Amino acid sequence: MPGAIYAEGLVKTFGDVRALDGVDLDVPEGTVLGLLGPNGAGKTTTVRCLTTLLRPDSGKAVVAGIDVLKQPDAVRRSIGLSGQFAAVDEYLTGRENLQMVGQLYQMRAKQAKARAVELLEQFHLTDAADRPTKTYSGGMRRRLDLAAALVVSPPVMFMDEPTTGLDPRNRQQLWEVIKQLVSGGTTLLLTTQYLEEADHLAHDIAVVDQGKVIAKGTSDQLKARTGGERVEVVVHERDHIQTAADVLRGFGKGDTTVEEHTRKLTVPVTGGAKLLAEIIRELDTRGIEIDDIALRRPTLDDVFLSLTGHVAEEKPEGNGAQGGRKDTRKEAVK
Amino acid sequence: MSAVSDAVRVAPPANAVTQSFRDSMVVAKRNLIRMSRIPEMIIYGLIQPIMFVVLFTYVFGGSMQIGGSTSAVDYKNFLMAGIFAQTVTFATASSGAGIADDMHKGLIDRFRSLPMARGAVLTGRTLADSVQTALTLVVLAVVALIVGWRVGTDGDTNVGKVLAAFGLLLLLGYAFTWIGALIGMSVRTPEAATSSGLIWLFPVTFISNAFVDTGHMTPWLRHIAEWNPFSATVQACRVLFGNPGQSHSGAWPMQHSVWASLIYSVLIIAIFRTLAVRKYRSATA
Repeated sequence: MPGAIYAEGLVKTFGDVRALDGVDLDVPEGTVLGLLGPNGAGKTTTVRCLTTLLRPDSGKAVVAGIDVLKQPDAVRRSIGLSGQFAAVDEYLTGRENLQMVGQLYQMRAKQAKARAVELLEQFHLTDAADRPTKTYSGGMRRRLDLAAALVVSPPVMFMDEPTTGLDPRNRQQLWEVIKQLVSGGTTLLLTTQYLEEADHLAHDIAVVDQGKVIAKGTSDQLKARTGGERVEVVVHERDHIQTAADVLRGFGKGDTTVEEHTRKLTVPVTGGAKLLAEIIRELDTRGIEIDDIALRRPTLDDVFLSLTGHVAEEKPEGNGAQGGRKDTRKEAVK
Repeated sequence: MSAVSDAVRVAPPANAVTQSFRDSMVVAKRNLIRMSRIPEMIIYGLIQPIMFVVLFTYVFGGSMQIGGSTSAVDYKNFLMAGIFAQTVTFATASSGAGIADDMHKGLIDRFRSLPMARGAVLTGRTLADSVQTALTLVVLAVVALIVGWRVGTDGDTNVGKVLAAFGLLLLLGYAFTWIGALIGMSVRTPEAATSSGLIWLFPVTFISNAFVDTGHMTPWLRHIAEWNPFSATVQACRVLFGNPGQSHSGAWPMQHSVWASLIYSVLIIAIFRTLAVRKYRSATA
């Protein structure tokens, strides 16, 4: 039986651009799938196809057991969507926004009202409930947007870059909310450009690039595919770089790379923490003073780099995002 | 599948028409709340027509020839039907801008992901805009009375006819908001919706009988003016108000202006509502 979210061979073209080039997904009920990829990879288009906003040119999509193309309205009753932009009416109060969405989910006015009170409480917005959302902070708006997506406690949720443009504190808060939500058994598809976010929230990760899913698996599986651990050492004095490199060569499983200007040496290893201790001892014996030493496991950034040949871009998309780094695309160094 | 059974807190609607009406009212209420929180929009919406009433009355008043007359009083009584009609058509721009703004901010996406009637977002918007149009008309009528506009100066009228004229004006305004809705769904930004919502309104409202006697136009222009849907409502208002300057042209819309006004408005609604809702269904922000 297919999962709560299932897609097979989704294709969508816009003019000459093949935004989706055969996307396959299968998200088991009650799990979180992180859809990871740079801008323009097809994440948002995938979400739009699965949430009935966009009709794919071909392919099959089933959400909560319902065929998306055949019964879009039935799907809409079973999903919640929280978008990239906090899509709430800025002149309406938080309470009015939630009541309106409830009524449009076909709740009775009274029911919608009661549900709005519950959600405002749950998302710590009670104090601001009767202020127009124009006066809300970015984080508050995101929370309200999320609350609006949860009005009918849908079994399947879609979140398109829920934390883009939020400061770290607000991001952390929103993560907590999402974790709570998922622990209640909701199936969630989450798109993100933040590798850390996928690592943090998702059970499974699908890496998307150029309209295709290029890798699937748990965070650990993807990391294991990329390769093992490495040790990074920063020596205190430039003169010690050569000696330190000799030490590391003895322990390493590959070439040691040296960054002269930061006095940083990196070497791939196997053996984990125990090896780290040995390296520290050896460096100490040789009288090499170190500023920093660490055992690094591959990050999803490394995964992405090795899969696509470029790092995940983080740049602001639309007006909801701010402060994203522009132009971080780098060519892979082989 | 258990995921589905959990979801059935929300039953599918029993009746599509009831749902459509209910959803439209929810959206209309939302737009009316918005308007009440942005009173400056209503105020600016009033300034232009009031300015037109005052400027046309006092600047053009003495020199415009209406029928055989160039009296300022006749022009004043002639003018108001035109100004009223022009004012209701300007609602097009605000509904277009409002809908483009909703697209831009992602609200249309949210609405489209909800199990609501497909036409309700636009219907709610156009209905709310009509409430604003009605409000504008009331204020404008008071201003017109202050500067000396009177009904029944050149024909029979009564309260029923005057109300019927305002009814036709509201219907015309409502029809034009659907043109605005289509524009709003078609352009990318609210700014573009405002300007593209207004540009074509100038020829439509000026190549008409609104401000001048079409009898003085060159024949080809006169034909356009007399068949202009907008002119039909203006003529109908003059007839119903009993105001001067009614066209005696043989063109059908001028002869049967009340019917022509009704038919044109209903046609515009039917065509543009269909196009706008179709656009809504496939909207991609």
